[in-house]
Amino acid sequence: MSDMSEALARFGVYLRIAWRNLWRNRRRTAVILTAIVLGVWSMILLGALMRGLAEEMVENGIRTLTGHVQIHAERYRSDPVAAHPIRDPEAVTATIREVLGPGARWVSRVRVPVVVDTARKTGGATLVGIDVEREPELSFIGPDAIVDGRFLEPGEAGAVVVGRALLDEMETELGHKLVLLAQDAHDASVSRAFRIVGVYRAELEATEKQYLFVSKEAADGWLALDGAVSEIAVELADHRQAEGAARKLRAALVADGVGGEDGQPFQVASWRELLPVQRAVLDIFEGFVQLWYVVVFIAMGFGVVNTILMAIFERVRELGLLRALGMRPGAIVVEVLMEAVMMLLIGAAAGNLLGWASVAALAVHGIDLSAMAAGMELAGLSRVVYPVVTRSDLLLANGVVLILGVVVSLYPAVKASRFTPVEAMRQG
Amino acid sequence: MKEVSNTMSIVACHDVAKIYHQGAVDVRALDDVDLEVEAGDFVALAGPSGSGKTTLLNLIGGLDTADAGEINVAGRNVREMSAAELAELRLRRVGFIFQSYNLIPVLSAEENAEFVMMLQGVPAAERRRRAREILDEVGLEGLYDRRPSELSGGQQQRVAVARAIVADPAIVLADEPTANLDSETGRALLETMEEMNRTKGVTFIFSTHDQMVMDHARRLVHLKDGRVDRDERREG
Repeated sequence: MSDMSEALARFGVYLRIAWRNLWRNRRRTAVILTAIVLGVWSMILLGALMRGLAEEMVENGIRTLTGHVQIHAERYRSDPVAAHPIRDPEAVTATIREVLGPGARWVSRVRVPVVVDTARKTGGATLVGIDVEREPELSFIGPDAIVDGRFLEPGEAGAVVVGRALLDEMETELGHKLVLLAQDAHDASVSRAFRIVGVYRAELEATEKQYLFVSKEAADGWLALDGAVSEIAVELADHRQAEGAARKLRAALVADGVGGEDGQPFQVASWRELLPVQRAVLDIFEGFVQLWYVVVFIAMGFGVVNTILMAIFERVRELGLLRALGMRPGAIVVEVLMEAVMMLLIGAAAGNLLGWASVAALAVHGIDLSAMAAGMELAGLSRVVYPVVTRSDLLLANGVVLILGVVVSLYPAVKASRFTPVEAMRQG
Repeated sequence: MKEVSNTMSIVACHDVAKIYHQGAVDVRALDDVDLEVEAGDFVALAGPSGSGKTTLLNLIGGLDTADAGEINVAGRNVREMSAAELAELRLRRVGFIFQSYNLIPVLSAEENAEFVMMLQGVPAAERRRRAREILDEVGLEGLYDRRPSELSGGQQQRVAVARAIVADPAIVLADEPTANLDSETGRALLETMEEMNRTKGVTFIFSTHDQMVMDHARRLVHLKDGRVDRDERREG
């Protein structure tokens, strides 16, 4: 008989004993299984909702004129004026196409600070010159965001779309004119009157106050940009690809020599750099999810340890008998751990199934949080949350339960192996 | 008292002592015990409670360790063995039958009888054949799938006997095997053990209070206050 097949035969025996021991006290096993199932279920569901909330927030940020990756001329981000544009956007977009393939989408914009002057008020804002046809595909602004008047026409000059909040703040109305004051590409001060043709709403009031939209052609002509743009925003299939895409674009733009001779003609930034607040909140949410996992596990871990300890103290004599018959202490540890692992596996499997079913059910309509929407808007969150499950969350939840579960079960298992046969047989 | 030689003995104890510490008091459970058992013998250790019968069985079976003296089982000195070696000794060379709580409750009669062979790694078909054969011999035909809770006390002890002898141990140690059985059942069990001793040549050492058990023994060793008081051999 080889050592291997002997070991396998023993393993089979322990497995059989462990399985039957698990069902000796059905009620107790059912109670702890319920706890594990609920724990795993709550880990998955709460994790999915938290992630859904965070993803939604990030998506909102990305849709608000950010995109997944942005490319600017080198000095633009520190001094975002018309004098620091990307002078040859076609060369950059050719590189984007080459690096990211036909699946990636992009849009170019002119974005400069302006002073807004109405008959009654003066204030600062940001003027965005957009590709009227392509911009709505990538960001929130478009015909659907207009609540009053109309959206811009392609190439339209002299027309501006403003946010509802800015309109109110500047005490002006649809159809009125406002005067914008800016510096053009040659650093000369220029001003021009634009007529308000449309009013938009955004998820955040801050967005409405911040941005005025004109056609890219109007901005180009007014600011003497001669075809140059302030930024090119790229949209990818998933925001998680942003870092990698940014890295590749950075390398490719340098290699292609599309720009200055110092090798750093452009700044390529992912949304994580451009939206530090959202990134921080996402990280905090991630921390919360992990904290929740730990809390659930601690509660569950005590239950698991207690259950196994009770089961062991009930059968001290039996453990002594196993030792007397020649089972080694290590084998007792393995046998008791098998009971724990079986319990954890069954609980985790059912918890995953329940979690998956709950997430699938909620994914249809989401959870409507409008009752708390006023507060949520401030945080850049949507009114309806859809759960999002990621593989890493699932792995983490199951890993925590299974690996830590086995670790805490070591205590009762080792305890069980410590009873000497004589001591154990003397009891009872 | 007696000279001990290891040559023909399956068990040889020489000057064995065991002391239990109970608070400040040291209790000498065994004191200078010499005992030699030949292969194939059927030996009863008799004596009142506290005379050291169970302690001596535990020491011979490697369940407990002696404080002094030498114990040889199947030619090996038990006192020099590590815990793992003792486990191996119990697994391969010694069969145990206890007073009660002998069986693993979650295993059937057949699985209990197979248990030691399973630990030894005997192939499944072989295990099954030998377990059934021995269960038949102890009179448990057809009860293979019963769990211990579904068997009577006498039947449970028969399963324990089957388990103790099925793996061909050098000796079977039985600690008051009939103590929890009525006299009729006790007698039947004893006859089973005798039969196994006669037909298979298995060496039995058992402790007992029971006169009927003593009457069946071929050799009766009386213990008193941890010492061998009398050693009688009866033939017949």
